[in-house]
Amino acid sequence: MNKRSTTIYWTGFSVILALLIVAPLVLSEFWSRFLTEILIWGLLAMSSDILIGYTGMVSFGHSAFFGLGMYGAAAALLMVRPPNLWLAIVYGLIGSAGIALFVAYFSTRLRDIYFAITTLIFSQIFYVIIFTWTDVTGGENGLTFSRPALGIPGLFSVPFSSETLHWFVLAVVTASYLILRRITQSPFGMVLQSIRENEGRTRAIGYAVERYKIVAVMLSGLFAGLAGVLYAIQNRFAAPDFVYFLVSGETVIFNVMGGIGTLVGPIVGAAFFLLLRETFSRFFTEFYLIPVGVIFIAMVIFMPQGLLGFMRRWLNQ
Amino acid sequence: MTPVLEFLQAIPYDQILIQTVNGIVTGMILALIASGLTLIFGIMDVVNFAHGELFMFGAYMGVVVLAATGSFWLALLLATLIVALIGAALQITTLRPLIGRDPLTTILATFGISLVMQNYALWQFGPVARKIQEPFTGQFTLFYLEYPWYRVLIAGLSAAIIGAFWLFLKYGTYGIWIRATTQDRVMAEAMGIPVSWVYTTVFAIGAGMAAASGVLFGPLVGVNHAMGLDWVLKAFIVVVVGGMGNLGGSIAASIFISLLEAYASIWVSPAQAVIVSFVVLILTLLFRPTGLFVPTPK
Repeated sequence: MNKRSTTIYWTGFSVILALLIVAPLVLSEFWSRFLTEILIWGLLAMSSDILIGYTGMVSFGHSAFFGLGMYGAAAALLMVRPPNLWLAIVYGLIGSAGIALFVAYFSTRLRDIYFAITTLIFSQIFYVIIFTWTDVTGGENGLTFSRPALGIPGLFSVPFSSETLHWFVLAVVTASYLILRRITQSPFGMVLQSIRENEGRTRAIGYAVERYKIVAVMLSGLFAGLAGVLYAIQNRFAAPDFVYFLVSGETVIFNVMGGIGTLVGPIVGAAFFLLLRETFSRFFTEFYLIPVGVIFIAMVIFMPQGLLGFMRRWLNQ
Repeated sequence: MTPVLEFLQAIPYDQILIQTVNGIVTGMILALIASGLTLIFGIMDVVNFAHGELFMFGAYMGVVVLAATGSFWLALLLATLIVALIGAALQITTLRPLIGRDPLTTILATFGISLVMQNYALWQFGPVARKIQEPFTGQFTLFYLEYPWYRVLIAGLSAAIIGAFWLFLKYGTYGIWIRATTQDRVMAEAMGIPVSWVYTTVFAIGAGMAAASGVLFGPLVGVNHAMGLDWVLKAFIVVVVGGMGNLGGSIAASIFISLLEAYASIWVSPAQAVIVSFVVLILTLLFRPTGLFVPTPK
């Protein structure tokens, strides 16, 4: 709105971006890898915020888009020689966008919890297909592949180091954030928010609500697929575990912890969740979800706005 | 006519009959789980993600009590009571503060509960599957199979529990209160019905029924910490297909879906047969979102 708070917003944005750029040079190997992972999960959470926070539809099926992004990248990296980074991204995006169109066509006819349950069931369908179609997807073991080199065809090509991987992920996530922020402030984004506030009235004004919802789900699925591609490149494998609905559940947890409808909130939520996991797994080993789950329930009851919810208006200006 | 005859001869009648029996048995177990879930949804608007974990907890309680006392029937009774109490405690601490908020927040809270319970079970009982000894081991011959009587007993017991529950809803004081609250929450409160305790009771009953089915089902498969996940998904499908909050509908849908899955697994692996029920759910949601087994709304 006013000029002063816009200046504060962009200053804050630049400072945080600068800190994230410098981070891998300062932090140890373990923590810089951890930071990269936060960014990737943050991108997944941010993509689902388009639905949860801006359109008012809670998707419990984001693992399908994330997983298809992973498997799309895997297909490109395994079939095309030599493995190409950009081709992996394109394949991953095509995979997740195709699935997103399919899911969106059916699920957007339903509302509220019915939408949530339908997306959940769709993601389980893809999980079962991927899990049982062993010849193509490697079944339970998943697929492993080598990491492609970072390069522009014809210009240069260098293998990823942990710093360049971090910067690459950071660049993708920042670009996604700016694009999504622009979209949510565009007339299209405003229609989505009016669907959230009052669907009947939006329809009465004359907007084709269903079409807007389909585009919103596809957009969300596309960015979730992008997160899947990044995760595949970072970890050099694709596994059916990432299509299982627990991943979708965690995505919703990131959103609720960080504050829905803020775009940066979900990234903060992902960071908060992963930090809690890191802290508690020192005391509780693999049972860290017991304390983290209790904290999550407490936040749902006492802090429904999430960590950044109080900044919601300011972040969306 | 020959192709028709060949087709008729190619149908594996014996397998179909065996799968019919199997489908009805799993259908009754599923009905026991789903009737609690549908009641909780119909009355409280709570989508209970933790229902599968209550089922799993019931099975573990059965293991513990069976090891301590040696009696299967005592294990069934005590596990049901303990898990019903746990359910009441969970409802009071986590769901009561959420009354009046968006139903979606209850999905989140119960999802959190399910994560905690699942990991608690893993921590307490370890990853190795436990076994519940079936109370008797008699068998009868069904074509080339020796079919255990225990499976038939499960179907009978489940039907008996659901029947008792139905009688309770019809004639018990609390049952009448529960039905009154389903019909009109505000009016029920105005008539002096303690609505928040009705909620707690409903949740406890649902939890107890899930636990009972856990103990009954325990002898057929191993008891482990992840067993609830498959069942909660199936129960959701049943509840939606049968019509949310509709007890009779969810029983019919349980048997319908279990039979379909059982027939499908003659030709494909059981893991893929699940897709059949997914497809049924999606078709239901698209064409009859109020449920398959309810009269068409006017």
